[in-house]
Amino acid sequence: MFSVFVIPFCIGVVALLVVSVMKYRRWISQFDKRQQMLVRKGILSWKFVGAAWEAFREGLLHWRITKRHLLLGYMHRSLAFGWFLLIVVGAVQAVLAYPNGHPPYVAIFFNYFEPRSENIAHFAEARFYANLMDGLLLYVLSGLLLAMLKKVWSRPMGMRRTTRHNLTDRIAKAALWCIFPLRLMAEAHTSAIYGNGGFLVSGLGRVIDWVRLDQPILEYQWWVCYSLALGTFFTLMPFTRYMHIFTEVFLIYFRQLGLRETTDRTGYTNFELSACSRCGLCIDGCPINNPLGITNTQGVYLLQAVRNKDLFGRAERLADQCLVCHQCSNDCPVGIDLEAIRRQVRINSRKKTDDNSGYDYLKAVRPFNALGRVAYFGGCMSHLTPSITEAMERIFQASGTPYWYMDKERSICCGRPLLQQGFESQARELRRKNTQLIKESGATMLVTSCPICYQSFTKEYNLPVRVMHHTEFIEQLLRSGQLKLKEKSALRVTYHDPCELGRGSGIYDPPRQVLEQVVHLLPTQHERERSLCCGFNLGNTVLSTEQQTEVRERARQNLLEPHPDMIATACPMCKKAFARGTDTKVHDVAEIVAEGLLETAMQPTHSTR
Amino acid sequence: MDSADLTAAERLLEAEPSLKACIGCGGCTATCSAAEFVDFNVRRMHMAFVKGQQEGLRTQLNRCMLCGKCLLVCPRGVHTRSVIMAMRKELSPEEK
Repeated sequence: MFSVFVIPFCIGVVALLVVSVMKYRRWISQFDKRQQMLVRKGILSWKFVGAAWEAFREGLLHWRITKRHLLLGYMHRSLAFGWFLLIVVGAVQAVLAYPNGHPPYVAIFFNYFEPRSENIAHFAEARFYANLMDGLLLYVLSGLLLAMLKKVWSRPMGMRRTTRHNLTDRIAKAALWCIFPLRLMAEAHTSAIYGNGGFLVSGLGRVIDWVRLDQPILEYQWWVCYSLALGTFFTLMPFTRYMHIFTEVFLIYFRQLGLRETTDRTGYTNFELSACSRCGLCIDGCPINNPLGITNTQGVYLLQAVRNKDLFGRAERLADQCLVCHQCSNDCPVGIDLEAIRRQVRINSRKKTDDNSGYDYLKAVRPFNALGRVAYFGGCMSHLTPSITEAMERIFQASGTPYWYMDKERSICCGRPLLQQGFESQARELRRKNTQLIKESGATMLVTSCPICYQSFTKEYNLPVRVMHHTEFIEQLLRSGQLKLKEKSALRVTYHDPCELGRGSGIYDPPRQVLEQVVHLLPTQHERERSLCCGFNLGNTVLSTEQQTEVRERARQNLLEPHPDMIATACPMCKKAFARGTDTKVHDVAEIVAEGLLETAMQPTHSTR
Repeated sequence: MDSADLTAAERLLEAEPSLKACIGCGGCTATCSAAEFVDFNVRRMHMAFVKGQQEGLRTQLNRCMLCGKCLLVCPRGVHTRSVIMAMRKELSPEEK
């Protein structure tokens, strides 16, 4: 059982295996110490079960994409799961047909060898398998048709813009798109001569027979073309986006073992870079794209520039252009930590100026004894929105919570703005000081009014106390009855999810639960995960004020659409952004609650500083 | 004055064009978090930079915590953080 036409396919498979193994080995050797330790510790655990399930769900069924858009999910699933089933069912079919064994390529070119083999077993389910294989081929072809449609008209597939691919990706894509129609034609020609195959293949075979194209020489050429398409695709695969097919499985496994991005580029970063399928789902949601119309900044292009070392200067420019609104990492169906990779690029570009010697003045700041109290960290931005901090102080007092307003007089920044800009060691210095102040104060909990600080304290610090955003804290006070409210007001309010609080920290419900007790909350078109950035995020330093305003206007229109009496938000930065240039009042959740407090519940004031 | 590098000021304007709108009101310094602890005067540092009096400026600029309050109070929409970052880049040892 051999024919010369199988050679391109075999070469392709061997090349794919050799190059993939070499790449993966190199990346694994580039893991840092902690990542290596996690892999060593986790490799013998049961975590592979969860990883296998996630790999099946995401790599084959494309569940996250399906949740976003049904038809787009169908397209990805039919290509991935359909092809996978073609391989698996084909292998089973070959094992049943050749009980005495067969060369591995026979399973791929089964229909060619089937009528030509003498030692083939006539198993009972042969017809069933032939029809099943044809059904699967039809399934894949339907996905292919949608993929082609998406190329010319992507709107029905839920995408405004699709990725601009580079040349190797386009060649590999052409090869991939040829594979399945060529398989159909090759199998149909064999069927025209020998009458084998299932409903699809034999049907087309009869047509070929009818138009008198059932020539062995033609048949052979179709099989050569099919094998060449496979060989080309497999050989190119490790150098193109299609490597994500394998890499995603590894990435899912490593993530289940607890590996995460660090501030430096490691082997794990290489896995993430390779796991990007360049599907382009990060493009439409990006505020830099819509409304600003800058279409080279999005996650997929950043990763492309980082992957390609020659383009690193370009990567730095792209990384700086981002608003750090977390929309792309939220939309990424592979779950790539785009925020972290962007930060790595920024850290790399700030190496020369990242100097933490300037913070000597912080040494003089002495810890305050706040034993048993709740530490309240307003955050730098809240100092410019004193109504928020005043509201919080009233809430602390009304609920009888002993508190320590730790940055009332002088504030040390949490360090996140520095880290977002890539000043890693400077940010570490500020974190060290704040950690010392919080630890030595003896405070039992940390409440902050700023989502930027909240994300910093929960993700970048390692504090021994619980950290809460004030919306969570207020929600808890209301639930436990420590805060008493007047009757619900008739105000109609829309709520803006701040990027850092919503997508950044996953806090969507507490602010809503609080607001629903005080006012009438109106839904908007873009909320929760799809909330629009206010445009003034500190993550960006290169956009002009006009551009930032344009981003804000889109978000503001969305909030004003239901004609609310007031816009509510939970971030001093967003509040400031929306309050500029609008007649509609903009208030923080804390202010709205403080306004609705039953004043009789007021308790004696507790010492601040 | 003759030995001063005046082209740095032009490069700074090129790096952050919004700086052209600065009227020197000092709002940035008034709100600055770092200035609550230590001498940190954005306007003065900027003037020193423009005049080419760059000695010791780098150490001073490193006191900035990049918190962004100055950005919000600026009545002229100057991207103060970007100005500080650009000055620091200009003064970094490798660049000089």
